[in-house]
Amino acid sequence: MGAQIRVYRQKIASTSSMKKIFKAMELIATSRIGKARSRARAASPYADAITRAVSAVASQNDIDHVLTTKVENPTRAAVLILTSDRGLAGAYSTNVLKRGEALTKRLREDGKEIRPYLYGRKAQAFYDFREREYDQVWTGNTDAPEVDRAQEIGRTLVDRFLQPTEEGGVDELYLVYTEFQSMVKQEPVVRRLLPLAFVEKDADAKHEPTALYDFEPAAEEVLDALLPRYIESKIFAAMLEASASELAARQRAMKSAADNADDLIKKYTLLRNNARQAEITQELSELIAGADALAAS
Amino acid sequence: MAELDVQVVASDHAVWSGAAKSVRGRTVEGDIGILPGHTPVLSLLAEGELVINPVEGAPVKAKVSGGFFSVDSDQVTIVADEAELQG
Repeated sequence: MGAQIRVYRQKIASTSSMKKIFKAMELIATSRIGKARSRARAASPYADAITRAVSAVASQNDIDHVLTTKVENPTRAAVLILTSDRGLAGAYSTNVLKRGEALTKRLREDGKEIRPYLYGRKAQAFYDFREREYDQVWTGNTDAPEVDRAQEIGRTLVDRFLQPTEEGGVDELYLVYTEFQSMVKQEPVVRRLLPLAFVEKDADAKHEPTALYDFEPAAEEVLDALLPRYIESKIFAAMLEASASELAARQRAMKSAADNADDLIKKYTLLRNNARQAEITQELSELIAGADALAAS
Repeated sequence: MAELDVQVVASDHAVWSGAAKSVRGRTVEGDIGILPGHTPVLSLLAEGELVINPVEGAPVKAKVSGGFFSVDSDQVTIVADEAELQG
């Protein structure tokens, strides 16, 4: 057998086995998107309830809480970037990181110092490779985030925010993550978490907070407990959306990889057939030439 | 008679929701009982038991820890860090 044919055969065999892997990964991602989205839905009553309570308090009280007060001339900002742990999800992590870079650049131009907080091994690799500093990194389970992790991140960031600026505290907190808009569209977005801005008015008027609340114990203490929870629920919601986006991105990437593998297999099959035919033709012409030579002698 | 619209949610899932006649829970300042027409309250939950008397059926008991409790025009929302229904 000709060397060329053997090479094509090997290529076809390896591409088909890769295609099987891509297909399997696509199926896994597809089945997990549904789960990720239903988790996001399950967590939304909590987020809604907290948002409602926070905006109720905010709308009636002239609240003067640390977490809501804007610092004059903010000098330091923390940026939390949510990426994935694993690759093979197309440009998912790259897009978020790019969005983060743009934000960092803009904030630097405003004269702010950036303290990056990273989530996901891809973000860590990005910063390590460029030998950049970051304050903290969380990795593991980016495709199935846990509440505990969100609480840990929330607490860390709120503590940092509560520190005085002179002692290394931050004045602002930004969150960069991928918003899940639909199965085919996921958009990296930036949200400012702190200081809180109460723009979220409840959609239905029924819940519009009109009444004056009694606080138990005191308004201060209720807010102290409420606001960090609000931040945590925002972070958790972002993590869940990011995980659904990651899986959707992976599913699409794996689908196009499997399609590409298909194309390659077709191409190599054609080339292999060509090579086989060429070999047969050559052997035939050699035989005929040999017979002719014998007959002539 | 007026009813309470009760919602109990934990950080990653909804626990219970429905109409109720009364709700009893424990806040950091002590037990609190809510009947329809209660004044709006926002308070912090302490670890303890939550008892809901639904309009129909037997009382629902749940163990909750941490979180807050809000009442606003017969809308009762219990937002707990952890909440578990007890059989």
